[in-house]
Amino acid sequence: MPIAVEGVSYVYMAGSPYETKALDNVNLTIEDGEFVALIGHTGSGKSTLVQHLNGLLSPTSGRVLVDGQDLAQKGTDKRAVRFRVGLVFQYPENQLFEETVEKDIAFGPKNLGLAQEEISRRVKDAMRRVALSYDELSQRSVFELSGGQMRRVAIAGVLAMEPKVLVLDEPCAGLDPHGREEILGLIRRLHAESGTTIVMVSHSMDDVANLAERVIVMDHGTVAMDGTPREVFSRGDRLREMGLDVPQAVELAEALRARGIPVPQGAYLPGEVARAILAFAGKGEEPC
Amino acid sequence: MENRQKENRIITDGLSYRYPEAERDAVSDVALRVRAGEFVCILGHNGSGKSTLAKLFNALYVPTEGTVWVCGMDTKDDELVFDIRQNAGMVFQNPDNQIVATVVEEDVAFGLENNGVPPQEIRVRIDEALAAVGMSERAKKAPHMLSGGQKQRVAIAGVLAMRPSVIILDESTAMLDPSGRAEVMNTVRRLNREEGISIVLITHFMTEAAQADMIYVMDGGKIAMTGTPREVFSQIGRVRALGLDVPPMTALAETLGKAGLPVRPDVLTVEEMVEEVCRLQSKG
Repeated sequence: MPIAVEGVSYVYMAGSPYETKALDNVNLTIEDGEFVALIGHTGSGKSTLVQHLNGLLSPTSGRVLVDGQDLAQKGTDKRAVRFRVGLVFQYPENQLFEETVEKDIAFGPKNLGLAQEEISRRVKDAMRRVALSYDELSQRSVFELSGGQMRRVAIAGVLAMEPKVLVLDEPCAGLDPHGREEILGLIRRLHAESGTTIVMVSHSMDDVANLAERVIVMDHGTVAMDGTPREVFSRGDRLREMGLDVPQAVELAEALRARGIPVPQGAYLPGEVARAILAFAGKGEEPC
Repeated sequence: MENRQKENRIITDGLSYRYPEAERDAVSDVALRVRAGEFVCILGHNGSGKSTLAKLFNALYVPTEGTVWVCGMDTKDDELVFDIRQNAGMVFQNPDNQIVATVVEEDVAFGLENNGVPPQEIRVRIDEALAAVGMSERAKKAPHMLSGGQKQRVAIAGVLAMRPSVIILDESTAMLDPSGRAEVMNTVRRLNREEGISIVLITHFMTEAAQADMIYVMDGGKIAMTGTPREVFSQIGRVRALGLDVPPMTALAETLGKAGLPVRPDVLTVEEMVEEVCRLQSKG
């Protein structure tokens, strides 16, 4: 179920003094099973773009095709598209509202009009995927849970809709390192085991480097770069111009190269840089 | 005692706190101090007691057992509450929850007005505080038009206008993007170095913690580790067992060490790693 964004522009508050062009002629296609990271500084248009992927926002011009269907066209069942493109907002735990974990996760499937048995199966399956014990937690109040657990309940609520594409807007924001690891681990598993297409908005370049197969960089409402992490992170200067960080491994690789230590161009993972250092140290070349 | 308290902005002794009807202490037998001009970082996984501890530092909570002195004042003394909060200002996590006024400078003035500071003095302090956080040009703006990093700097200015001895930041960078985080951290570091204000930073970002003079790691309400960033992060196994990370360069030093390269285990930054690699090379 590919998503094609074709010549999409979006203007907030058109005609008012606050008129802002949030997206400016964006073109991209997300194929089945991809793991895409979407990066860009605040105000670059990431969140606006993400809300176009399941029709929460409609383009001011251009179109978005989900599985070949134009979301803005009359006759397109937007509701059905939203079931297939699940969107996990920032701080999704703020949207939990039901009395129990089970009821909260069941809310979406229930609105689909599914049979009780199917709802129950989906709740259990979603909880298993986010590594929460059904027996222990399903009847608890969501407000008794830790921050990381609440976030996983919120994600389970989206997974219970069994989306083909999962879009996550900064899924790790505000979590402690352990909570982050849990969330990143479950996203990685969803991608690897179920082949779910993942679009992840993130500010953490280290997370992006570790997880994504493709990185899209937004700047001033346009796509500034679109490539593999290796391609994107090899342009450190350009990223910094756009107010972004690079992974620390990239920073180290650049600094070592500047001192004459050979680190392969495009190295962006800690392991790659470590190997380069070891190879260099082993060879005993001239001091730098 | 007199002298001890001049040098120390915050001292806690046998400090415990239990929430009403809770079964165990959220903070348990904590003894620490924050010296004048010191930059202290408190780390710990969620639920380890960090935020409770922060709230004990400025009398939002009073100890169940033990004592907190802020600039020599016991937080249990009701009559000192305003003096304590003036001396120990707090900046919270969510930039949208702590701004009360509709104009930036009015927000900065809020605490001063409540404390009955004369209007001419208020003007001077607002200008100073906004200049110190680099927000003078936005004095007349509406806070909701600012970025997250700018809002947090306004919140810091509000605290600064009270001329505090110590500023406590409770995950104040957690909801910001990298440039907003850098803005806040640069502001905080500058206030610490140039104005001599003590800082207590609660964070989940290990690269921020690496900039502190001293780290306290909380676990189960107790202090599990204490030391300089170098001392704490070089104990990678213990740090990880406490549910935390180490800075990426410290992790890389571990990898290199395991591969047989004699790299110092307490490397914190990219610059240090570069020096370390070059040092090894010139030796070899």
